[in-house]
Amino acid sequence: MTPAGSLLIATSLHKTYGHTPALDGADFSIHPGEVVAVMGPSGSGKSTLLHCLAGIVKPDSGSVHYNGRELTTLSDAERSGLRRGEFGFVFQFGQLVPELSCVENVALPLRLNGTKRKEAEDRASAWMERLEVADVAHKRPGEVSGGQGQRVAVARSLVTGPRVLFADEPTGALDSLNGERVMELLTEAARESRTAVVLVTHEARVAAYSDREVVVRDGKARDMAGVR
Amino acid sequence: MSIGHTLLGLLEGGPRHGYDLKRAFDERFGHDRPLHYGQVYSTMSRLLKNGLVEVDGIEHGGGPERKRYAITDAGITDVEGWLTQPERPEPYLQSVLYTKVVIALLTGRDAADLLDVQRAEHLRLMRDLTQRKRGGDLSDQLICDHALFHLEADLRWLELTAARLGQLAKAVRS
Repeated sequence: MTPAGSLLIATSLHKTYGHTPALDGADFSIHPGEVVAVMGPSGSGKSTLLHCLAGIVKPDSGSVHYNGRELTTLSDAERSGLRRGEFGFVFQFGQLVPELSCVENVALPLRLNGTKRKEAEDRASAWMERLEVADVAHKRPGEVSGGQGQRVAVARSLVTGPRVLFADEPTGALDSLNGERVMELLTEAARESRTAVVLVTHEARVAAYSDREVVVRDGKARDMAGVR
Repeated sequence: MSIGHTLLGLLEGGPRHGYDLKRAFDERFGHDRPLHYGQVYSTMSRLLKNGLVEVDGIEHGGGPERKRYAITDAGITDVEGWLTQPERPEPYLQSVLYTKVVIALLTGRDAADLLDVQRAEHLRLMRDLTQRKRGGDLSDQLICDHALFHLEADLRWLELTAARLGQLAKAVRS
């Protein structure tokens, strides 16, 4: 797919850890509302690509252009503000705060952005309903199943209305049935709200929920759309 | 598996007699089902008729005459087309995919690319099935799941083979 109309475009990314090259000229682009699976063997550089795209890691060279801004030239504070305001994150393990209830966890990104408690929890409750976990709102993360916890984490990642959602092996810790339900709900919600989803996965059944896939091998990313 | 394409691929390394071709095929791909001589000669006649091979020489000995075959430019293009075109994803594809990978390595083509293109084809079908599942009833879901699990197994094989290409290249070229 051409980068024209893309929300996030990375060009020629290089990143080396010590003497080990993790990215070696990787390109990537994604449109609003598009779900792109990033696949590849372990150690191929797919998580590093996600971290560079999300502004968590600064590439050694190359550019990451998001919505008219060059991420690589922003300060740490500016990138951190961007991540809080416009990006959402889901990881393999929900990384919920164990001391807070599930609804407080989902409301947390809004509270950090200065939204009042009542409004934050109302919006959080609506997302929990959407992700079919309204019934565990007042339980702590330790009291819910893995599948429920991961849906709570997805609700938390979407509550701020991010323009890009970064999901790193979001169903890696779930069984097939729960994993598929999480993917159905996540992709439906993202497509409706025109959120772009960068989905790192090594599971083909998870990647099958995407619109296209990019394969990372030896630090290079190959867009498989239109291959043949 | 396409015997014609496989024999053509084996001819890319240089001209061979029908007997040599059968032996090379059986060594690499025919462990369970070696080729019959009749299959080799009928396949070679067809390839000859279609201009994909030519007779490079004829040996007259005590027995029947032995033709030596050479691949033509059209034959090389045909092998290229076969290797580049992904297979229709279906269960138990491994033998044809394995053959394609070995022929690609033997002929110095990009076997990793072949595997990438095949993976994309598999994922395309998996996307269609996933879409059908989302809109379908329980029986649709179960039928699609069965196909999806088989395709996933193929994909795991593709990944594993991609990871072992260097090792396989050494083995087939030794």
